[in-house]
Amino acid sequence: MKLLQTVPSTAIGRSGGEGRLGRIRDYGIVVTFVVLFVALSLSSSAFLTSTNLLNILDQSAMVGIIACGGTLVIIAGGFDLSVGAIFAFASVAAAGVANHVDPIVGLLAGILAGVLLGVVNGMIITRLRVNTFIATLASSYVFRGIATLLTGGFLVAVTSDAFTVAGTYELFSMKFTIWIFAAAAVALGFVLARTAFGRYVYAVGGNPEAARLSGIHVNRIRVATFAISGMCAGIAGMLAASQDATGSAAGGVGLELSAIAAIVIGGTSIYGGEGAVWRSVLGVLLIALINNGFNLLGINPFYQSVVQGAIIIVAVALDQWARKAARSTA
Amino acid sequence: MAHVETPLVSVRGLGKRFSGVTALTGIDLDITPGTVHALVGENGAGKSTLGKVIAGVVRPDDGEMRVDGVPVTFRSPADALAAGIAAIQQEIALVPARTAVENVFLGREPRRRGLPDARAMRRRFDELRESLRFNVSPIGSVGVLRTGEQQKVEIMRAVARDARLVVMDEPTAALGVDEVEHLLAAIKRLRERGTTIVFVSHRLEEVKEIADAITVLRNGELVTTRPAAEISAPQLVEAMLGRSLQSAFPTIAPCSPDAPVVLSARGVRRSDVLRDVSLEIRAGEIVGLAGLVGSGRSELARALFGADQLDAGTVEVDGEPVVMRSPKDAIDAGIALIPESRKDEGLFVDATVARNVTMAHLHTITRRGVVQPHRERAEVARAIDEFDIRPGDPRQIVGTLSGGNQQKVLFSKWLLRHPKVLIADEPTRGVDIGAKLAIYEIIAGLAGEGMGVLVISSELEEVLGLAHRVLVMRQGRIARELSREDANPERVMHAAFGTETAQVAA
Repeated sequence: MKLLQTVPSTAIGRSGGEGRLGRIRDYGIVVTFVVLFVALSLSSSAFLTSTNLLNILDQSAMVGIIACGGTLVIIAGGFDLSVGAIFAFASVAAAGVANHVDPIVGLLAGILAGVLLGVVNGMIITRLRVNTFIATLASSYVFRGIATLLTGGFLVAVTSDAFTVAGTYELFSMKFTIWIFAAAAVALGFVLARTAFGRYVYAVGGNPEAARLSGIHVNRIRVATFAISGMCAGIAGMLAASQDATGSAAGGVGLELSAIAAIVIGGTSIYGGEGAVWRSVLGVLLIALINNGFNLLGINPFYQSVVQGAIIIVAVALDQWARKAARSTA
Repeated sequence: MAHVETPLVSVRGLGKRFSGVTALTGIDLDITPGTVHALVGENGAGKSTLGKVIAGVVRPDDGEMRVDGVPVTFRSPADALAAGIAAIQQEIALVPARTAVENVFLGREPRRRGLPDARAMRRRFDELRESLRFNVSPIGSVGVLRTGEQQKVEIMRAVARDARLVVMDEPTAALGVDEVEHLLAAIKRLRERGTTIVFVSHRLEEVKEIADAITVLRNGELVTTRPAAEISAPQLVEAMLGRSLQSAFPTIAPCSPDAPVVLSARGVRRSDVLRDVSLEIRAGEIVGLAGLVGSGRSELARALFGADQLDAGTVEVDGEPVVMRSPKDAIDAGIALIPESRKDEGLFVDATVARNVTMAHLHTITRRGVVQPHRERAEVARAIDEFDIRPGDPRQIVGTLSGGNQQKVLFSKWLLRHPKVLIADEPTRGVDIGAKLAIYEIIAGLAGEGMGVLVISSELEEVLGLAHRVLVMRQGRIARELSREDANPERVMHAAFGTETAQVAA
């Protein structure tokens, strides 16, 4: 029995893309992105240069990779606040293993650490039934704490040149990190949109009980989304360590919030069940464009965070309006 | 009927549409003060919507409404309350962690020097309790009370707000048998005090017991309004269905007693909701499962589907034991479940028809985990065609379909796999008459093809009209088994209530 439920029983679920608000929510990110891109091209001659554009992509790559993985978690109805800590842990793991074993094994160890910590998150959430928000908030303290214990609070410098290849190598004059961002976006976008697993991710976030009664192993799907999110954070942490030839337990602070901000700005619903990877990619790039534009136009950088925050509020408010409008007309 | 009195509420030409679907049209209705006026009809007939319009919960699209002869436009339940009309919804709306006293006066606390006056509140609560003769505890949070007690708190709240008319929407739907009796007695006392009641229900026995006037609705139209004494139960049923009961059901092909058993359950137990249940379903057989709400019907359905863990018992499909750790095991064994609540357990209402239809058997249309679009298109087209889902657009969001079409999506989701056993829990809840008959046809057709079907329903005529064999549950046990020939409403109700005496088959 639901107490205080006063919604009339005639209310039905929202109609996707139906109505003006629904469309604004569905394609608002595309329009905003294009408008800003054109505006910046016209107002600054420095904007539309390959150096500048590559620079934007390079700055977006880390948070972009993490946001791609985080999108799956949010669509499945969860939150992953531990990706910043996993990023740091992975950079330490990669650097440590590189120094003690082998530089290439070190890079792989960073990724593997991310996957394992993601699975740990998933287990805490499904086995111990801790709310995802709290579970990953708590685990982020644990992960970062362990990383700090392992390093004793010092940076872990790596001397091997092979180790820095992943972070600094360029292919067709584009940094390897950008290629990995692109690969993550394409791969996870495909998984989500085209595979049975992707369908199950939407189902679990949309209606977990119906998903279970459809024969979907809901907990396995949820653990998998956290493992993927952890893997993405691990890859980003490994790339960061490789770039700087250093592992740092203090790195990646606040990355989780940047990633969630980008996902939400892209239009993926924080209520789960809806969203897409391409949206998060646009969300990440939109934030980067704004920052870049402020720099090029010489506007006080403190306005950047004001604008970024305002955009998040607008994105979520649009989501709410669209839902409400769909309910009342349905 | 000529009443000299001005009706308390009168509506003329009332109409309401939900996203293009007509819920009410051309309703003329007068409600006499001091009476219990029942609104009856099948699910989807519009009776709840009419009740909600009167209570200001839903705004009508056409027509006018008068209270005491004065035209009114309610923009919200608060407007209706100001006019003396309160609503008690199907879903209880109390603050669970507060006491009955606090809930009754919530937002209207008697005050002293600006602060709520607990003593005055308690005094008025006791007066109310006295005049209604309700035995509701003033202390302790209402969240722990039984549903029937919570409804009494809601009634007290309505009376405390000087409501002259109380609209009750299916108030007995979630009540146990004894609680229903208490509630009906409470309604009679309200009427004695001069309060007018609009009683929305599809349970004819209750309506016949307490109503002074009965209005029958069908497909959003008003069929008739009559004094309760002047209309018999069969006449009511006929008015609700638009035809006599017998003709509503398709012909059910006889089931051979030698047909192989497709589903057999033995000694199924789960805490105290299922106590040692055994049953068998043969190929081509429709077994009806009747019983009161809370008798264990839906719990049995979920247990047979692996949705809840069992304490004991075995389930066999085609003679093979099935280890039920999750619904996946049941599905793989060939069992399908149409769950009781379409919206909460069955559908992904924000997703498209296509996604919903294929969700339970994606592995049949994937290659190495990748969904094959052409196979999905073909599959979904087949579902829309076979089950006549309207509108037939695979990209339509399921939540925007009518109840009947949502139910068809749910059926197609399971039946495209050709399960051996279909368990349908309340298969026609909240769907209109047309869709209801279509669902009966589907069920009869499936049995005709050799599927074993278990139909669970609160609507007795549905069980009696479809089933080869009726099982009646009471308190977690199968209390009685009746063949199609022996089953009649009296026998089923006696078994369900536990009031049966030794009956010798005539």
